[in-house]
Formats: sequence, C-alpha cells, structure tokens
Amino acid sequence: MRSVRVPAKYEYLAQISKFVGKAADDANLDDAAIYAVQLAVDEACSNIMEHAYLGKGQGEIICSYEILEDGLKIILSDMGKPLNPEDVPVFDLSATLEELNRGGAGIYLMHQLMDQVHYETDPQLGNKLELVKRKER
Amino acid sequence: MEITTTELKRCTVVKAVGRVDSYTAPELEEVFKGVNDQGNYKLVFDMTDVDFMSSKGWWVLIETQKVCKRYNRGELVLANVLDRIRESLDLVGMSTYFQIFDDVTAAVGSF
Repeated sequence: MRSVRVPAKYEYLAQISKFVGKAADDANLDDAAIYAVQLAVDEACSNIMEHAYLGKGQGEIICSYEILEDGLKIILSDMGKPLNPEDVPVFDLSATLEELNRGGAGIYLMHQLMDQVHYETDPQLGNKLELVKRKER
Repeated sequence: MEITTTELKRCTVVKAVGRVDSYTAPELEEVFKGVNDQGNYKLVFDMTDVDFMSSKGWWVLIETQKVCKRYNRGELVLANVLDRIRESLDLVGMSTYFQIFDDVTAAVGSF
C-alpha cells in the first residue's frame, strides 16, 4: 500500500488528485474511471477540510491506496471531527434552480461515482473513509 | 488558475484554464461577480481548457446562473465542456440548469 500525507488545506487538493490519478492508472482503470476516482476523492477531501477540520487549515489527511484484482481502493484518514451521517442533508435532484441547495451534493456524488463507500470513526484512530472503484467488465 | 474575460457586443465570454476545485473556485466566483457587477448578465463560460471541475465549481456556476436569470435579464451558457465533466454534471442533475454548446461560436450566437 502506498500513501501520501498532506496538510488539510485546499491548495493540496491538486497534489492528492495527481496521486490518486496515478494510482488509478496503475490499477488499469479506464479514463472515465480515473476521473471518477479523482473527483470522488476531491469531494471527500474538500469535505474533510471544510467539515472535519472546520475549514481552519489545520490537521492532516493521509491518502492511501491499494490496487485490487478488480479495481482500486482509496483510504482517506483524518483526525478531525467525526461525521454524523444524520447531519448530512439529502441532496434534492428535482429542485428548481432557485430552490437548489448545495448541502449533501458532494456525498451524493461520491456514492454515484464509486462502487463502494464505507465510513468509520474511532475516538483514538480518527476517521476513515474507504472508496472502491471497480474496473468495467 | 488563469481566467480571462472578453466583452463582445452581445455577451461576455469568461474563459478559465486548469482545475476548478475548492482552492480555485473562489477566484472564479470573484470574476463572475465582477462581470455581473458591471451589468453583464449574458455570459458564456468557455470551458475548453478546464480539465477538472468539482462540485465547488458547479456551485459558482449555479449561483451565477441564478443572478443572470433574475428578472429575465440574461443567462449563463457553457461552451466546450469535456465529456467527463459533463458526465459528472449529469450524475447530479446539474446539466439541466445550463444550455451547453459544442463551441464558443455557437454559444455566443445563442444570444
């Protein structure tokens, strides 16, 4: 497993994106799947920076990956505030332009882009988000 | 991120180069706000050289679209959107809020 540790600041999003893009390429994912991984990881890391670390630019994110036989697993770890899934608003796809509200869009998108999304939190070990993208058959 | 603005007779073209993510989206937001503040509401966003766009970027476009369409004074249209970006827009149903043209000429011609 390879990993990179970066400060939880928006200016590091491009570096994380490059890292997972290379991982997805090494896992032989096609171009659409590589973009899906990069976008899902970007949404996840932005949420960690904004909500887990409260947008203060403190703390770190560790991004690791594991190449699977049929795809790629990305693991994002942080020591910020745990996510309470009940606090995440349900993203409304049918809203009119004026009603459209951004809450929950990133998480909704993450689930649409990836084949598996698993989140767990531990008071000692922090938060862990696992994202799996499988190859097209 | 490099952003340029060109005022034409019928509309204003905003062109960005590179990644639009949580880091760069505020820069784009400032540019659109400045264009709106000058009374320009008929806008083309030239996405030819935008190779990545997260939801943070789309919200900039959504908020700009709300401002432009208010009082029927204009619209923000998109030009030359990469397939992968368009597919991710479709996933969250956001492409329905924009007219998307294959090239800038067609987008400008729509006004």
